[in-house]
Formats: sequence, structure tokens, C-alpha cells
Amino acid sequence: MQDKPIIELRDVIKRFGSVQALNGINATIREGEFFSLLGPSGCGKTTLLRMIAGFEDPTDGAIVIDGKSMQGIPANRRPTNMVFQSYAIFPHLSVAENVAYGLKKKKLSKAEIAAEVDKALSMVDLAGYGRRAAHELSGGQRQRVALARALVMRPKVVLLDEPLSALDKKLREQMQVELRQLQQSIGITFILVTHDQEEALIMSDRIAVMFEGNIAQIDTPEGLYRRPVSKRVASFIGVMNFLDATATGQDGTGLSLDIPALGKVTVPPSHVPEGMAAASVQSIGVRPEMLTILFDGKDKAESETTGKVTGTSYYGDMTYYTVALNGVGAPVTVSMRNTAGRSVLPVGSPVRVGWGAESIVLFE
Amino acid sequence: MRPGHNSKRFSWLTIYAVGYMLFLYAPVILLPLFAFNSSTIIAFPLSGFTTEWFTVLLNNAALGESVENSLIVAVSTAILSTLLGACAARASARYRFPGQRGMIAFIMLPLVLPEIIVAVALLVLLMQLGLSLSLWTVIGGHTLICVPYSIAILSSAFHGLDRSLEEASFDLGETSWGTFKRVTFPLVLPGVISSLLICFTISLDEFIIAFFLTGTDATLPVYIWSQLRFPTKLPSIMALGTILLALSVILLILAEWFRQRSAKRQGVEASAAGGFL
Repeated sequence: MQDKPIIELRDVIKRFGSVQALNGINATIREGEFFSLLGPSGCGKTTLLRMIAGFEDPTDGAIVIDGKSMQGIPANRRPTNMVFQSYAIFPHLSVAENVAYGLKKKKLSKAEIAAEVDKALSMVDLAGYGRRAAHELSGGQRQRVALARALVMRPKVVLLDEPLSALDKKLREQMQVELRQLQQSIGITFILVTHDQEEALIMSDRIAVMFEGNIAQIDTPEGLYRRPVSKRVASFIGVMNFLDATATGQDGTGLSLDIPALGKVTVPPSHVPEGMAAASVQSIGVRPEMLTILFDGKDKAESETTGKVTGTSYYGDMTYYTVALNGVGAPVTVSMRNTAGRSVLPVGSPVRVGWGAESIVLFE
Repeated sequence: MRPGHNSKRFSWLTIYAVGYMLFLYAPVILLPLFAFNSSTIIAFPLSGFTTEWFTVLLNNAALGESVENSLIVAVSTAILSTLLGACAARASARYRFPGQRGMIAFIMLPLVLPEIIVAVALLVLLMQLGLSLSLWTVIGGHTLICVPYSIAILSSAFHGLDRSLEEASFDLGETSWGTFKRVTFPLVLPGVISSLLICFTISLDEFIIAFFLTGTDATLPVYIWSQLRFPTKLPSIMALGTILLALSVILLILAEWFRQRSAKRQGVEASAAGGFL
């Protein structure tokens, strides 16, 4: 069953001296899901992970794993295993000895241990590497050994502390996909700590976005991207254009807005967050890909406005334009796919920009 | 740069280096030279080859006793200082506590304190406490001066130890003691061996503290000093020096070989693993 909770965090508070690192964290992590703790450095995500692992004790509140309170239970008796940022491969042991390290404590025969180690190594694509010394491994291989060493313990939860941050970009992207596939095939709950929003979006079932010791939002990657609850979350996940807006009324058809840069619009009720009062709307957000530059006279959009190109960034597959809309406010970013026959517009070109009411996110 | 300039400077540097090495090692080379010289007078020209002085050493009961005393003192000092040094080094590397810097500074102080002052102070203290002098008082004094060396050597070993290695072991179900046994100790072992060896060597040839604190049981340096009064004993002292020299060189080579081997096994640059050679 997918909805059974495996970890419950109840009002978890952590203080280091007078510094409050976590201000009452509440979250439920479900069995078998890939859950990410995402936030800038110093937001408390690693502290939270270390408390789940048992390396730190919460100042207050409860951590429940698989229905049991972890109060007073040290790391070596918790059903969790960690993949460290530095991988923490024991340098004086071979690959197989590293993976077998934790099994020595379980009552298994030598043959059983060898079989378990082989199974774990082939799970991470390192079959036949058992006799290598730790220092003969590349960064990606060390990461796999660290993962095999955790998985061989058959933990209820695998904790990953920025496991990919030491790898180069190509390898990191490959490992993101592999880790996700591995997690789905074995069905163990993974909790990932990362500061890389793209990594969190690619790998996770759900993401908790953290700022300064608080969880700002917990949602699926799509929910987080499409319906961020605050401007801070919105600007942390991807790129978001913010525009001033004033509400002019609210009725059954939706919430009516006057957006100086775009025009007047009515946002349908399904896109208005629950409990948001019309009067509290201060600004709106719109993603770069939700705005379209209408290239020739025949291109049509739900609504359109005019502007002038003030800058371009060419990415190969995409071009990011900065466009001053109606001459109002700061320029916005518009992303366009570079399809055949569409060349990059020069700076200074007057353009028509298309947009739609459903792409608008409301902020208080 | 002129082409000749470089080679000229190089040749001066070579002369300096050779002179320096001669200054350092010529006196040491005299030791075996006179140990095998058949004359009882320590002077050139050499008169002939003999191994008589070594035979004299073998038949000297007092010397045997002092060697035994020195070994007891040096081994006990090495073990005690390394044990205490390991505790202090680990604490300073791993934990932050109030007064930490001051405390470590105080422990390191005997390193720069004149030994004669330490020796006199210890003697006065022991007299005041009414304790009799024995090998144990020498061991105590030597441990005091050896602990700073041990801390200096082991600090680099403990600082170089990634904390997450111990956490990983704990995370994989191992106990604190098991973690020490299976991870921490094997990784700091080269440092421990270095420390044992340095402390052993320091204690073995330490004279001032041993001279003040030893009772009736003389250590080797104290014995050698007492023999210098008799000119006829000089050649056999030379022979003794030769044996000690050969032993120390072998010991140091062994220790360095062991350290490099274990550093290589861990994949660490040997020079980065805190060697002393």
C-alpha cells in the first residue's frame, strides 16, 4: 500500500545553543516514496536528515519511524541507512568488505554474506568489483558502493545527503535517472537532501521545500512548479516572472484582476487557492514558458499584449528573451523553443506577447 | 636569466649541502670507527681492527641491567604517552569544549620548558610527597615530556580522519567500541606507530630527567655517563654507541616502511599521512 506512513515528524524542533535550526517541523513520509528535502544551504534540511538517522537528537517533538518513536534510539538501532555526501567509503577495506560491513553484525554465514554482497553489488551495476580497493574507484563508483552498502542492510528508509553533489554534470544527470529507477524497482523509501531544485524535480515523488528551519510547502514536483504557495517558493523552483496586480472583484466566474503589464483578466475559481481573499492579492506570477512571442500576424493566443525585446540568451534548443511589457514594470523573461524556421529576434524588436488566464499564479 | 647563472648557483648549493651533511654525520661516523679500533686511546691514527670491545660489553652485568631498565622505561613511556596522547588528540580533533585551546596549550608546554627545570621541579615534588625514587618516577617524568610529541603526531592522524566514516560505521549497526576497533583504530594506526616509536626513542636517550629521578636503577644514558669517568671504558662505550646507532636506523627504516605501506593501502599520498621521515 502506497499511503501507509513510514516516517512521521511531529513538531520537531532543534536548537543549537541559542540558534534555532528547526522551528517545529510536521511532515508525513509515505512508504515506498521518493521524498526530497529541498532548500538553500543553512535551511535545516541536513539537520533534519541527521535527526531521522539518529546522529542528532531533536530538542523537542517526535520522530516516528514505522510506528515506533525513535526517542532515545541511537543510529545503530534504527531501520535507516545513510549515503553520506562524502560517501564515507572505508579506505582500508575492499569494495566487498565495505558492503559486508554492516552484515557482520547480523547472524549470517560467510556464504550468505557473500551472496548478499554480490546481490547488492549487481543491483548498483558493480558486479565483479568486490575485490577492488576503495581508492581504485571513480567518484560515480564510490557513490554506488555507498548505496550498495546501505541497501544490503534492507533498511526501511534510505537517507541520501546530497549524494550527487560531488559528481560532474553528465554523470550527475545519469545517476539521477538510475537512482530513481533503482528506488522504484526495489520500492524502499528514499529521503534525499538536495539544494538543486532540478534534481529534486527529476527524482522525487514529493518534495518539501524548506527555508530557515521551516517547511514552506510539501507537494509533488508538478504541484510545486505550477502552484507554489509563496513568491519565495516560486522563485526557488525554476524561473518565475512577478507582476504587480490588483483585484477588482470576485464572483462565481472567478477572480478579476487588473495587471498593468498584461491587461485585465478573470482567473477561474479552480486556479484561486482555497481561502485566498480577493483583497489580499498583491501580485501574480507567470512562468517564462507560459508566455509566447507571437511571431507572425497569424499566431493567436487567448490574450495578448505588446512589448519590446531588451535582451536575448541563446541556449541552443531554447532562446530566453527579456521583454519590457507595455513599458510597465521590470522586463519579464519569455522562453521560446527554437523550432525550424524561427530565428532569434534582435534586441529592440517590437513583439506581441501571448498569455492565458490559466497560467497565472496568485500571490498575497 | 643568463645560462651560466643557474649552474653556478647549483654548484655552490652542492658544496653547501655536502659540507652540511659532513658536519651532521662525521661525528656519528667516528663512533663505529673507534669501536673497532684496537687501541684503548680514542685518537688517530687507528692502530688495528678488533671486536674485543663488543665482547667486553657482553660480559658487563651492570650494563645489561641498565639496558633492561632503559627498555622497561622506554616501552612503558611509549605506551603511556601514546595512550594519553591519543585521548587528547581525539578530543581536540572531535569536540569543542570551553577552555579547549588553553588546555591543549598547557599540555604542550613541556615541549618548550627547559628539561632541567622540569627535572628539578619533579624531584622537589616527589621529595615533598615522600615518594621514593624508582623506575616508575622516571617513567612518570618521561611520559610528561613525551605526551606533547605524541599529541602533535596523533592530532594530524585524527584531524585527517573523516568524521562521516565513524558515523557510517555507527549507521551500519556497529557499536561505539566496534567502530573504534574496525574503523578508527586501523585508520590512525600509522600515527600510533609513529608516536610509539618517537616516544620510545626520546625516552631511551633522555638523560636529565632520568639522572634526577632515577634511584638505584640507572638507565642506559645514566650508566654511560657514569662510565665516562674511566678512560679505559671509553672504547666499549663507543661499541655500545655503535649498536644503538644501528638499532635506531633499523627501527626508523622499519617504521617508515610500515607507514608508507599502510598509507598506500589506504590510497593516501604517503607524504600527506603525517610521516616524520
